[in-house]
Amino acid sequence: MHDVNANRAAQTFAPLTASAVLVNPVGLHARPSVKLTQLAKGFTAKIEIALAAEGPWTDAKSPVKVMRVKAPQGATLHFRVNGPDGEAALAAMLALVHDGFGEA
Amino acid sequence: MGEIHLTGHPASPGLAIGPVAVLTSEVASRAEQGDPAQEAAALKAAIEGAASELADLIATVHGEAAEILEFQVAMLGDEALAEGAYEAIAGGTAADEAWRVALDVEIAGYRAADEEYFRARAADLVDIRDRVLAGLNGSNTIANISGDSVVTGDDISPSTFLAVDWTRGGAIALASGSPSSHVAMLARSRGAPMVVGLGPLPWNGQPPSLALVDGDAGTVIFNPMPETRRLFEQRMAAANAAQIAADAGRLKPAVTADGRRIAVLLNVAAPEDLAGLDPAICDGIGLVRTEFLFEGSRGLPGEDAQCAVYRRILEWAAGRPVTIRTLDAGGDKPIPGVTDDGERNPFLGRRGIRLSLSRPEVFRVQLRALCRAAVHGTLKVMLPMIAIPSELDRANVMLDEEFAALKAAGTDCARPPLGIMVEVPSAALCAEDFGAAFYSIGSNDLTQYTMAAARDIGAVADLNDAGHPAVLALIARTVEAGRKRGVEVSLCGDAAADTRLTKVLLATGLTTLSVSPIAVARLKAAIAGVSA
Repeated sequence: MHDVNANRAAQTFAPLTASAVLVNPVGLHARPSVKLTQLAKGFTAKIEIALAAEGPWTDAKSPVKVMRVKAPQGATLHFRVNGPDGEAALAAMLALVHDGFGEA
Repeated sequence: MGEIHLTGHPASPGLAIGPVAVLTSEVASRAEQGDPAQEAAALKAAIEGAASELADLIATVHGEAAEILEFQVAMLGDEALAEGAYEAIAGGTAADEAWRVALDVEIAGYRAADEEYFRARAADLVDIRDRVLAGLNGSNTIANISGDSVVTGDDISPSTFLAVDWTRGGAIALASGSPSSHVAMLARSRGAPMVVGLGPLPWNGQPPSLALVDGDAGTVIFNPMPETRRLFEQRMAAANAAQIAADAGRLKPAVTADGRRIAVLLNVAAPEDLAGLDPAICDGIGLVRTEFLFEGSRGLPGEDAQCAVYRRILEWAAGRPVTIRTLDAGGDKPIPGVTDDGERNPFLGRRGIRLSLSRPEVFRVQLRALCRAAVHGTLKVMLPMIAIPSELDRANVMLDEEFAALKAAGTDCARPPLGIMVEVPSAALCAEDFGAAFYSIGSNDLTQYTMAAARDIGAVADLNDAGHPAVLALIARTVEAGRKRGVEVSLCGDAAADTRLTKVLLATGLTTLSVSPIAVARLKAAIAGVSA
C-alpha cells in the first residue's frame, strides 16, 4: 500500500493523509511542539496538522501555530503531507506521535 | 556621598566587594520612532538579539529549565509570532507598541486555554515579550551585569540571576526579596553572597560606585571609606584562608573536638547537583527533593523516567544511604495540575503527604519508581509534612501494595524503609507515636510553624529563628524519641548549614546533619571546633 502511495506521490505529489492519537501525558505542549516542528522542517514537503479530518489545517513547521492548536492528550492528530519526500515525512511524523515524543 | 550602612537579612553566606550594578525594573521608553522600514528592522534586530541571549543561557542550565529556553528560542525563531506586529508597523505603529499588542494577543490565547499546561506557558511568552521590548528600548539590563558586580535593586528574577557568571566574585544586595526565594537558593548553591530586605535604597539618581556585602551578617556598606574597605579586605583574606583550610578537610570524616563522629549528608534537588562531586565528601545523601521532576511543561513524570533519575543518584552514592523525599508540592511550591489553586493559606493547606494521599494515581507511580530504583543502592524514603501517625500508616499500606504488585509481575524491586520528615510541631511533640523507620527534621518548616512567622516575609524574618529554644526543644524531643525507638534522626533544613547553630544543634544529641554540597567544608570545619 505504501509503495502505491509513494509512486503516486513521486509523480503528482498528491496529498497523503494519516492520523495518530496523542499518547504523551499532556498533549501537544511546549516540548513536543518544538520536536514536531523541528522534525517537520527537515522535509521539503508541505506538512500540516489538524484536530479533525476536514481541518482546519495548521502548518506543522511553525511552533507558534502548532501551539495555537492546543491539542490535548487523547486527541487524534491528523496529518496532511504534500511533496516529493511526503511519504518519508508522514512516516516520521507518525512515529514521533506513536512514540509519545520520546517522553516517558 | 558618605559611607552608607544598611542592614537586611542574610540570604547567602560569604563576603564580597565590587562595583555597584543597578537593576532597573521599569523599561525605559524609546527615544525615537523611525519610518516603518526602520521600525521593522529594529524589531527584527531585537527579536534576533533576544533569541541569541536565550540560546547563550541554554548552555548554563540543565533539564527542565533548558527545555523552556529551547521552546522560547523556537517561538522567537518563528516568523508567525511577529506577523501581526509587522503588519501594524507597516500601518504606521511604532515597533515596541506593535510587538506588545501582538504578543498580548498571543498570551491571551494561552491564558484562555482549558488545560493548565498551556496556561502555564503564558509566563514564558511574557518573558519573550519583555526581552524583546528591553532590546528595542536599548535597556539591556542583563548584558550590563558583569560577574564581579554587586547587583542591587528591588528584586532579581531567576533568569537574570542565571545570566550572570557568579564565579567571578559578585554578590547581590536587594531592597526587598526573601532568604527563601528561588534566587536565594540558587545564590547559596553557586556561592554568591546575598543580602535581602535592605529597605529602600537611599540614593536618587547616581548610585554609589562601590559596595561591600557581608552575606553572613546581612549587612551592606555602600561608598566605603578607605579604612572601612581595608578592614573588610582583611576579613575577606582571613575568610578565604579559612575556606582553603576547610576545603582541605572536606574529604575527611566530620569529628568534634571531643571525638564525636558526626555524619554529614548532602541535600540535592536534582542529579545534576552531584556533577563533579567526589562521593567521599559525604556520608550519604540526606535529602533528594523530587519536585524538580514535576515542574514545568512536561507533565507528570512517568514511572520509568522517575526510576532512571533515582537510580542515577543511588549509583553516584555507591552504596552510601540515599534518602529520597516523596513529592513535596504545595505551600511555596505550587505545581500546575497537581496542587490546589487559590488556597487561602497554602502553608496550612493540602501540601506534602496530604496532597500525595489525595492523589493516589500520582503517588503510587512515585512509590513504584522508588521500589524499582531501590535495588541499585541503599534507598530510604521519607514523607514530607506528616502530622499524624495514620498518614504514615496509609503510605506504608500503599507502598506494600505497590511493592507486592511489582514483585508479582516479576519486576526487579525492593521495599525501601519509610521514614517521616519532622516539620509539623505535632510530629515533633509526639514523635514516639509514629512507626517511622527514621526521622528527618525539616528545620525550615518546623521553625516557621513553631514561631508562626513565615520564611518569606521579610518583616517577620527575625522571628523565624531556628535557634530559638522552642525549636531546639522540639528537635531534642525528636532526637530522644529516635533514641528510645532505636531509629536514626537527622536534620536537613537550612539550620544544618548555619555554622552559628552547629554547637547548639549537636547539644540536642543530633549526630547527623544534611546540607547542600557547597556547605560541606564549612560545616565540617565548624564541627571540628565543637566540644561538649
